[in-house]
Amino acid sequence: MNLLNQILQGILLGGFYALLACGLSFLFGVMRIINLAHGSLAVLAAYLLMSLINATNWPPFAGLILVLPVMALIGWALQFAVLNRSLRSGPLIPVLSTFGIAVILDNAMFQQYGANTVSLGPDIGDLAYNSWNLTSTLYIGQLDALIFATAVAALGGLQLCLTYTPIGRTIRATAEDPSVVELVGIDARKVYAMAAVISMIFAGLAGAFLGMRSSFAPYAGGPLLIFAFETVVIGGLGSLWGTLVGGIILGVAQNIGAAINPRGFLIAGHLVFLAILILRTFGGGSIFRALRRLGRPA
Amino acid sequence: MTILNVEALEAAHGLLKAVRGVSFSIAPGEVVALVGANGAGKTTLLRTIAGAHRAAAGAISFEARNITKLRAHQRVRLGIAMVPEGRRLFAGMSVEENLKVAGAHGRRGRWTIETVLEAFPQLKPKLKARAGELSGGQQQATAIGRALMTNPRLLLLDEVSLGLSPLAVDQVYASLRTLLDSGTTIILVEQDLTRALAVSSRVICMLEGAIVLAGRSDALGRAEITEAYFGLKRSATPS
Repeated sequence: MNLLNQILQGILLGGFYALLACGLSFLFGVMRIINLAHGSLAVLAAYLLMSLINATNWPPFAGLILVLPVMALIGWALQFAVLNRSLRSGPLIPVLSTFGIAVILDNAMFQQYGANTVSLGPDIGDLAYNSWNLTSTLYIGQLDALIFATAVAALGGLQLCLTYTPIGRTIRATAEDPSVVELVGIDARKVYAMAAVISMIFAGLAGAFLGMRSSFAPYAGGPLLIFAFETVVIGGLGSLWGTLVGGIILGVAQNIGAAINPRGFLIAGHLVFLAILILRTFGGGSIFRALRRLGRPA
Repeated sequence: MTILNVEALEAAHGLLKAVRGVSFSIAPGEVVALVGANGAGKTTLLRTIAGAHRAAAGAISFEARNITKLRAHQRVRLGIAMVPEGRRLFAGMSVEENLKVAGAHGRRGRWTIETVLEAFPQLKPKLKARAGELSGGQQQATAIGRALMTNPRLLLLDEVSLGLSPLAVDQVYASLRTLLDSGTTIILVEQDLTRALAVSSRVICMLEGAIVLAGRSDALGRAEITEAYFGLKRSATPS
């Protein structure tokens, strides 16, 4: 039963990872850019929310009304000032420039907020630790359920938007061929800006939930980026529902790892990521063929 | 009166000049065939007019407005559309979505999904099919339909028959007839000289990036065009 609970917690944790990774995956899907500053930007959103709460005493969810547009604005500025320019210089420059942004952001947050870990948990009251007990060993945390529901709703909303709306079609067309969309009257740079805005809104949501469900510090962006990256790779780059599946697989693997050994949380996630990466790279069929060859007498 | 005026236009791929000092004008409703051997600079010229390739020198005016510095999407809104070589459809999207994407960002006019399907009836049963899964002819029809959805005043067609079966080429040209009869101004790049001469009112022949022959399609002799096409006259002349 304890294992079942670990799996359930892993699924719920997957919702957070999906929310975190969705922006990374979406930006890659549209612009073919891997934003190495994604984790740091999520942490920045958490700090912005914390600053707003401290300054106004607003409840955190009300603060999101202001923080998410600010994150959208940051995404727009980032696209116009950095991504758009670096995109013209080949695939490596965007990676380097977003890495540079991550370094600058991490150090700026350290300068501004210090090294102490902080949390928004106390600001959301009972929601931080209340849960629904399904049985004596099986429970669902209310905040985790909220995060999971938000992830499903956000991913579903984005998927619906991409499939059925003119803006969604424009984004999909640009993702397929940015040079040809210009020939049908679409300004690819504006679509990229839109993609960066959506990506940053997801980063903002993930950052806010990060602050509510755990503690964070200025340098938390790096580990977050690794989780987001693992989620995206497991689920498939650019695939929205794949991101949710990837998040769930990573979350379940980490929780089962933690159930086996308290220090196994991170390593179990990394191992599953590595196994899936190998399978994706070399193909399951080739591996199984290789295994069969190994078992065959010479 | 001209709809398009190209003056001393130059375009390059890195250090290689693909278009050298090209000048010509087109009147509204004209169908101009741009012919020449592979590497003559036809596609680069067309892409430069569409805004997909940057002009190195010279000027392009559309309806008396200098558009040399405008980006491709801005030129589409003025009424210039291009069907690129190789179709370049949004392969993962349906035919209908390909048409809708263009329709949402172009100009308003007579071309809608309904009128495109009238011109290209072969697309009717394939409206919900993925563009990448269509036959070559159907893809070409979709590509032309997509360009028409922007309601262009000047349509640039690059190698519409390339890679298609003779039957598919016949189908595409039969559908193009509606377009030609509607009075849309067209610049057509075509390897098939017979077809190019049949549909065009004027021929411009390019060689090594420059115009070597231009004139009315019915006034130029086939042998004269062939000579210019392959540069036979020039190579016959001792240097």
